[in-house]
Amino acid sequence: MKILVAIKRVVDYNVRVQVKPDGSGVATDGVKMSINPFDEIAIEEALRIKEQGKADEVVVVTIGTNDSQQQLRTAMAMGADRAILVESDVAVQPLQAAQVLLKVIEQESPGLVITGKQAIDDDNNQTPQMLATLWNRPQATFASKIEFVDGGLQVTREVDAGLETIQVELPAVVSTDLRLNEPRFVKLPDIMKAKRKPLDVKAIGELAPDLQGKAIEVTQHEAPQPRQKGIMVETVDELIEILKDKGLVS
Amino acid sequence: MSKVLILAEHNGNAINQSTAKVLAAAKQLNPEAIDVMLFTGNTGLATQIAGHEGVNQVFCVACEDNHDQLAASIAPTLADKGKEYTHVWGPSTTFGKDVMPRVAALLGVNQVSDVMEIIDAHTFKRPIYAGNAIITVNTDTAQIVATVRTASFSADKTTGGSASVEESTLNTAANHTSFVKLSSGDSDRPDLQTADKVISGGRGVGSEENFAIVYQLADKIGAATGASRAAVDAGYVPNDMQVGQTGKIIAPDLYMCFGISGAIQHLTGIKDAGTIVAINKDGDAPIFEVADVGLVGDLFKIIPEMMEKL
Repeated sequence: MKILVAIKRVVDYNVRVQVKPDGSGVATDGVKMSINPFDEIAIEEALRIKEQGKADEVVVVTIGTNDSQQQLRTAMAMGADRAILVESDVAVQPLQAAQVLLKVIEQESPGLVITGKQAIDDDNNQTPQMLATLWNRPQATFASKIEFVDGGLQVTREVDAGLETIQVELPAVVSTDLRLNEPRFVKLPDIMKAKRKPLDVKAIGELAPDLQGKAIEVTQHEAPQPRQKGIMVETVDELIEILKDKGLVS
Repeated sequence: MSKVLILAEHNGNAINQSTAKVLAAAKQLNPEAIDVMLFTGNTGLATQIAGHEGVNQVFCVACEDNHDQLAASIAPTLADKGKEYTHVWGPSTTFGKDVMPRVAALLGVNQVSDVMEIIDAHTFKRPIYAGNAIITVNTDTAQIVATVRTASFSADKTTGGSASVEESTLNTAANHTSFVKLSSGDSDRPDLQTADKVISGGRGVGSEENFAIVYQLADKIGAATGASRAAVDAGYVPNDMQVGQTGKIIAPDLYMCFGISGAIQHLTGIKDAGTIVAINKDGDAPIFEVADVGLVGDLFKIIPEMMEKL
């Protein structure tokens, strides 16, 4: 079985992004870029499945500018076998990303697709569900555990009420949550090895010339309203007095 | 004029408050009609929605074998009905996040995720970068599919409505997906997402056993209990207690946290709280930058003192 892992290049999660003064976007010049953390978990899970002998190839794919090759190389240094860059100079929105990924699926015929539940830049949390829909295959979102059962997958999902387990047939789309695994660190020799692994670049216009659906227009960026600076108290008595004054405790 | 179709959420016994919050958001569109679609194995729940003022009609779709919880099963029915509406909205809970993008894909539109403010029927504000930036988005597709950030809206509490209920049976159940089980942490405490008061603990609490004093204080003041991601990752508490960007986003009147440093992902989950109280032994912890009231000290001394004095 082949596993396809879809990843995204995003501003590193340690960077505190700032909105540009003119409201046209967030400042990303010179900012550290990384693999979206949820996608890194997706890569790790695919590698573990392969290491258990349940898959024979892990292919990583992204849609983005040529700079995204860096993140694909990192994924291959982690252990992915090869990579595909669908090159696009403009950012694609989830419905369009799902259509592009479907084209890749048609060429690659994976038995399983794993991807992060959301990218930490746009926080949309849409692409995996849309891909599963367009592919007409099951989805298991927010996965915290994946097991192979009865020829399909039994996936434990992190939901508001606790942990939900569902059974899906393969092929399927799985989206990862934080506690699925802890991604491995990349070792230097593996970075060297990854440079020789195949990385196929396809132009988005050639792979998917007829993307459907409109983009949502972003008209303004602004910084969030800061909370008013509060006060510090020295004792429990002062704290309780404030809470009583506000009617929050009796 | 707008016509809104809302996806209702429930736990099998009661309608989730997220539904009343989406309803409150929908009313801000000043629509000509609001209808609600409910997928359930317990069709008696429909009356809980029909009583809200401003709801026109409830489409109650009976489901077997827990297919009401499976996105692949219910999305086609919701999307098909949604073609008659300008807006198809659901809650930004794990349930809504699972289902609504499928509906959007079936309707051929991108989704507006996590609507936090409504400017007009086509223009909304939503957070990106874990709430570090807010964007205004505009869309004029035939249907606007969106999830509503529930912490941004007060639940609709109107009564006296008399929506008609139209019953049907699900005929789009997916045969490739089945429900196996749901494991919930059993608790008699208030529900974290809807509680007026929340007491929360972080890595500073130190262990599963130590969380007992957090629970005791919560019980003393009738609060729900929450936790930071660090506390969940460390195995001190179950995942359903996690507050923050990837856990629950909440807006209680009182949020009191112990031993939580205040990572940005956690702050995203509490920034709509009425009063934030932080207790941490590290006076430089970022939580104090957003707290309304801060107290530097040892939670293992402070909680017993509070128990005694409250």
